[in-house]
Amino acid sequence: MAMTITEKILANSSGKKEVRAGETITGKLDYVLVNDVTGPLAVQEFEKLGVPLSDKDKVVIVLDHFTPCKDIKSAQNCKIMRQFAKKNNVKYFYEGGDVGIEHELLPEQGIARPGLVIVGADSHTCTYGGLGAFSTGIGSTEAAAAWATGELWFRVPETIKFDVSGKLHNRVYSKDIILYIIGKIGVDGALYKAMEFAGEAISALSVGQRLTITNMAVEAGAKNGIIEPDSKVEQYIKERSSLPYKIFKSDKDAQYEKVLAINAGDIEPQVAVPHLPSNSKNVSEVAGLELDQVLIGSCTNGRIEDLEIAAAIMKGKKVAKGLRVIITPATPKVYGQALEKGLLDIFLKSGCVISPPTCGACLGGHMGILAEGERCLATTNRNFVGRMGHPKSEVYLASPATCAASALTGKIRDPREV
Amino acid sequence: MKKTKIEGQISEEEDLAAHGTDAKSFAKHALAPENSLSAQLDITKISGSVYRCGDNVDTDVIIPARHLNINDPAELAKHAMEDLDPNFLTKLHDIIVGGKNFGSGSSREHAPLALKAAGVKAIIAKSFSRIFYRNAINIGLPVIILPEADQIGSDAIIDLAKGTIESKGKKFTFAPYAKEVSSILKDGGLVAYLKKKLKGKKN
Repeated sequence: MAMTITEKILANSSGKKEVRAGETITGKLDYVLVNDVTGPLAVQEFEKLGVPLSDKDKVVIVLDHFTPCKDIKSAQNCKIMRQFAKKNNVKYFYEGGDVGIEHELLPEQGIARPGLVIVGADSHTCTYGGLGAFSTGIGSTEAAAAWATGELWFRVPETIKFDVSGKLHNRVYSKDIILYIIGKIGVDGALYKAMEFAGEAISALSVGQRLTITNMAVEAGAKNGIIEPDSKVEQYIKERSSLPYKIFKSDKDAQYEKVLAINAGDIEPQVAVPHLPSNSKNVSEVAGLELDQVLIGSCTNGRIEDLEIAAAIMKGKKVAKGLRVIITPATPKVYGQALEKGLLDIFLKSGCVISPPTCGACLGGHMGILAEGERCLATTNRNFVGRMGHPKSEVYLASPATCAASALTGKIRDPREV
Repeated sequence: MKKTKIEGQISEEEDLAAHGTDAKSFAKHALAPENSLSAQLDITKISGSVYRCGDNVDTDVIIPARHLNINDPAELAKHAMEDLDPNFLTKLHDIIVGGKNFGSGSSREHAPLALKAAGVKAIIAKSFSRIFYRNAINIGLPVIILPEADQIGSDAIIDLAKGTIESKGKKFTFAPYAKEVSSILKDGGLVAYLKKKLKGKKN
C-alpha cells in the first residue's frame, strides 16, 4: 500500500508493515524531550510511577526557557531537573554554557535525525520534521509516561501536502512561506494533520530554512510538519552525528487529504499581526507601524544564517533611536559563529542588545518583556494576547530580514527597500 | 509592615483582592475529595454552570508564561484565564464551553491543570488543539468535542458514559470515549492508569 513519509515513519516505529491515516498505533520513541518549564511536572509525575527510566539515553533535558534563571522559582525548577538528570545519569542534559534553544540545539547536536520518532514537552517539537523525522509536541504527564515505557500511542494523521513551486523573490524567505501558508489555511487549517512541504521552492531551501517552516506547523494546528530528507539533509547529518537514521520518502501514489499548490513567486514579505499567527499580511499593508522593540532570534529564526541576513542589513547603520533591538543567537555554537564572523560586532555597533541563547522573550519569560501598549516585531512564532508581556502589548511576526530592516527605522519596513 | 509601592506595579494585596481570595476558596472547593473527578466519574455525570468563550482560546490566555515557573495547581488556578477575562475567577464555573480550536498553542500542561484546579469539571468545544486535548485527558479533565457547542445554554448536564449533553431542553450526543481514554479518565488521569497497568505487568 502506498504511504506518505509520516505513515512510513509511524509504521516503522510500531513494527507494522503498513499503517493508514486514522489508525491508532503504539510507536517506539527515539527521544523524549523536556525543558525547564515542562520538566518539573514531568519529573513529579514520573516519580509517582515508581519505575526506572526505560532508557536514560533517550531522555533529553534542555533548560532553555527561563534561563539563565530568571527568578527563584525558575532556579528551583532547574535544580529539580539537575538533580533528576544526575540521579538517573541522563546523557543529554543541557544547562549553563551548553544551553541552546532546544529546537535548534537538537538538530545541531545530531540528536534529531531523519526517520526518528521524537516527542517533546514543547509544542514546537514539530521542528525536526524539517529533517524528515516524525516529531510532535506532548504534555509533561505524557513525557513521564514516555520516559517510563519508551512508547506512546499515536493516531496516524491524514496529510495535507503543500506543493511549493517556483522561486522566492529577493528578500523573501522561508519564514514568509510559512506565514503565507498559515495565513491561507488558518490556525486550525491543519488541525490533527501532518503538513508535508514539497516542491522546488522547498528543495531549494537550506536545512536551517526548512526547520523554520516545520517549526511553525503547530501554528496551523498540525500534529507534525515534515519535509522529505534529501542530500542536503544527509550532508547536514553527516557533519553532526554518526548515530543511525533512516531516510523515508512518500510514495508517488501516497494518499493525501488535500494537495495545495503554492507559487513561491506569489509571496511577498509577510507580517502576521496580532493576535494570531494566521493574520498574515503583505508587509506593504502594515509598513510604517511604530515599534518599541525588535527581536531577532528564537527556535524559528535564531540560526547563523538568520543572523547573517540581519547583520548584512544592519552593517554600519544604527538602530532607530528609542528602539530596543534584541538579538538572541539560538545556541552557543551559533553565538560562537556569530562572534567569529564579526556579526556580534555589527550588532553591538548598531546598538543592539545581545542575549545569551534562551527562549526568553519569545514566550514572555524574560530578556525583553513588553509593557502595556508596546509593540514588538519579532522573528518568533506566536503572537497571542500577552505572549511577550503585558496583555495590552502587541507582537508582530516576520522574517529576520524584515525585522532587521525595521530595526533601522523603528517602524515596520519592507526589507526589499534595503 | 509597610510596603513601598512602585509606580505602575500591582501590589500583591491588590492582585489577591482582584483574584486571590475568590480563587483560593474555589481552588479549595475544587480540590476537596468529594468534588474530585473520580468521585464525579463514578456517577458518570457532570453538571453545573457554563462559562462560554469564543474561538481559539489559547494556552497563553489560559495561563500566561509569567506563571509557568509555578507547578502547584492551586497556585496556577489563581491565574486561570486572567489575560482573557479578569472576572473568570469571580464565580465558580463547572463547565467551559468554547468554540473552535480550544487550547491552541503551547503544550503547557499548566493550562488544563489551572482550569481543573479552578473548579472546571469538563470542557466542551467545537474543536480542540490536539496537545491540550490529550493533556486534559491525561490529568483527568474530560474534554468533549461537540460541533453544536454554540447551542449550549448557561447550564448543562453531561453524561460521559452515555455520550449525551442536556442543556436548554435540548439533548446532544457525542462519541463516547475509546475504552483506554475512558479508563484513563475513570482512574483520574494517565499516571494512575499507567501505574495500574505497570503493576499488572509485574505480576
